[in-house]
Amino acid sequence: MGILTWRRDAGAPGGEAAVRTVAFAYPWRRLVVGALVVVLVGLLAAGVGSVRIPPVALGKILASRLPWVNIDASWPASWDTILWNIRLPRVVLAGLVGLALAVSGATYQGLFRNPLADPYLIGVAAGAGLGATVVLVTPALHFVSGVNMLPIAAFLGALLAVTAAYGVARRGGGLPLTTLILAGVAVAAMASAVTSLLMIRSNPDVRPLLSWLLGGFGRGQWRDVLVVLPYIVLGFLLMMAYGRTLNLLQLEEEEAKQLGVNVERAKLLLIVVASLTTAAAVSVSGLIGFVGLIAPHAVRLLWGYDYRSLLPMSAVIGAGFLILADLLARTAVGSGELPVGIVTAFCGAPFFLYLLRRSRRM
Amino acid sequence: MGNDAYLKVSGLHFAYGQRQVLSGIDLKIRRGDITGLVGPNGAGKSTLLRLITGTLQPQRGATSVDGRMIADLKPLERARLIALVPQNPTVPPGFTCFETVLLARNPHLRFLQWEGPRDLEVSRQAMEMTDTWEFAPRLLQRLSGGERQRVFIARALAQEPSILLLDEPTAHLDIAYQTAIMEMMERVRERTGVTMLVAMHDLTLAAHYCRRIAVLHQARIVAEGAPDEVLTSERVSAVYGTPVCISAHPVDGTPVVLPVRRKPPG
Repeated sequence: MGILTWRRDAGAPGGEAAVRTVAFAYPWRRLVVGALVVVLVGLLAAGVGSVRIPPVALGKILASRLPWVNIDASWPASWDTILWNIRLPRVVLAGLVGLALAVSGATYQGLFRNPLADPYLIGVAAGAGLGATVVLVTPALHFVSGVNMLPIAAFLGALLAVTAAYGVARRGGGLPLTTLILAGVAVAAMASAVTSLLMIRSNPDVRPLLSWLLGGFGRGQWRDVLVVLPYIVLGFLLMMAYGRTLNLLQLEEEEAKQLGVNVERAKLLLIVVASLTTAAAVSVSGLIGFVGLIAPHAVRLLWGYDYRSLLPMSAVIGAGFLILADLLARTAVGSGELPVGIVTAFCGAPFFLYLLRRSRRM
Repeated sequence: MGNDAYLKVSGLHFAYGQRQVLSGIDLKIRRGDITGLVGPNGAGKSTLLRLITGTLQPQRGATSVDGRMIADLKPLERARLIALVPQNPTVPPGFTCFETVLLARNPHLRFLQWEGPRDLEVSRQAMEMTDTWEFAPRLLQRLSGGERQRVFIARALAQEPSILLLDEPTAHLDIAYQTAIMEMMERVRERTGVTMLVAMHDLTLAAHYCRRIAVLHQARIVAEGAPDEVLTSERVSAVYGTPVCISAHPVDGTPVVLPVRRKPPG
């Protein structure tokens, strides 16, 4: 399990083997193998679709892009376009969003010491939904000087909601987390109310919004990848750096303080970073449920609770899961595609129920 | 060792809102001593311990260790000096006993630094001292109350503190576990020379194992000294508001506190 490895004695006959020594072994192999598997799955997924690109051709197309490689193009030119401009950005975006949601989810669960917390807990989802709706019902706002405003508005809406919840919950230099959750619920309810009002008052066609809310990568482009990459990579690294602190935050705040943790600073930093990371993901993908919930739990069940391995392994599982879910979303039904949120919910909800049953017994 | 105070509490005042919990606490504890802190429920024993750790700030007064003011120390420095075993420590779900104990190495590690061989060794020794090393790879949540309590004491020891504060470590334990915990603390004191302040309810147990007893009553320390000087029947009866009589332990003569029935049986 975990990060610690035990070297055991043979032990006395009949008795439990005595534990003699213990050593740290960071699960590098698991992490590297996991990352490689995700890359491989991503590449294979990029070959599947209405136009099927065989793995060998796919490898050649990618290799031909490398600067020092010269391969004669023995494939239809359209394959190159499909792979490079449509499929790959989509796969990379799905992987990045999966990583962001899983790591933020793990961080929220650790921060709130609640296994049922997910990255949308304190208003990110409702805030992003409101931001997106404002843009969708205001045609003048769809594109401002050629820039698609929807992701930007969703990002700002998410941050606004979290900031509001945070501002309400904060008192006298402290941040009671239960109050933060409740404030998040209230802010989310407000944002949803305004969203519904806007939809009813202005635009009878709510399908574009609904499809955005359910999430997907259909419009994913390299530009989206570049926009969210810094937030997600930086957020991931910062949360990783606070892995040991997250372990300590599994104790009561007072106990963590007695062990020298600056609890208030850690909480503030982790909430800001996890919310920013989630908001970045939501802005390009819409609201995709359950990834942030089930990826960390799957990792806990498989490999233990130490956040220093939980966070990177959640990233791997989250990325892989969302790439596969997106593959299913665009190939499961003959023509057209499903919103990926439906796929993740369909796979995630049963797992969630299983966790609920399980946690009641603990 | 010497006679100088190692842990020195002077003029400590603390109030929760309007309610004055501690007013003018003075307490001197010598290095390597084990002092029992007794007093009725709600006398402020836990509050005093939390004030000493520095996680709670007093309205007035100060605590110093070896001449250094606690309030001037950074949280990590404080954590290297003082450890507290609270009354009901959290049982983090999914953590093994060893992982729980290792958390206490935090004050000795820099940001991003990993536990090294010395951290693992210190934690192992802390668990051996408390007879919990055999539980190391097991989940803490699967252990019984008495076993957990020893793991929590191991965690505090792995912090390598100079001062160890314990808040009712024997509460809810049967007499075998109570004795085991007290014997273990005695052993720890001999091996590490740590200075201990232990909040306790059982006066007889405190008198039997502690070198010194401090009595907290009505927001003040009303007596401090050797158990047989401090635990007189007049004082204990007055402080707890119930008649008691004090006898001598048949083995070593330490005070034994016995309840007295107000109405004779029959």
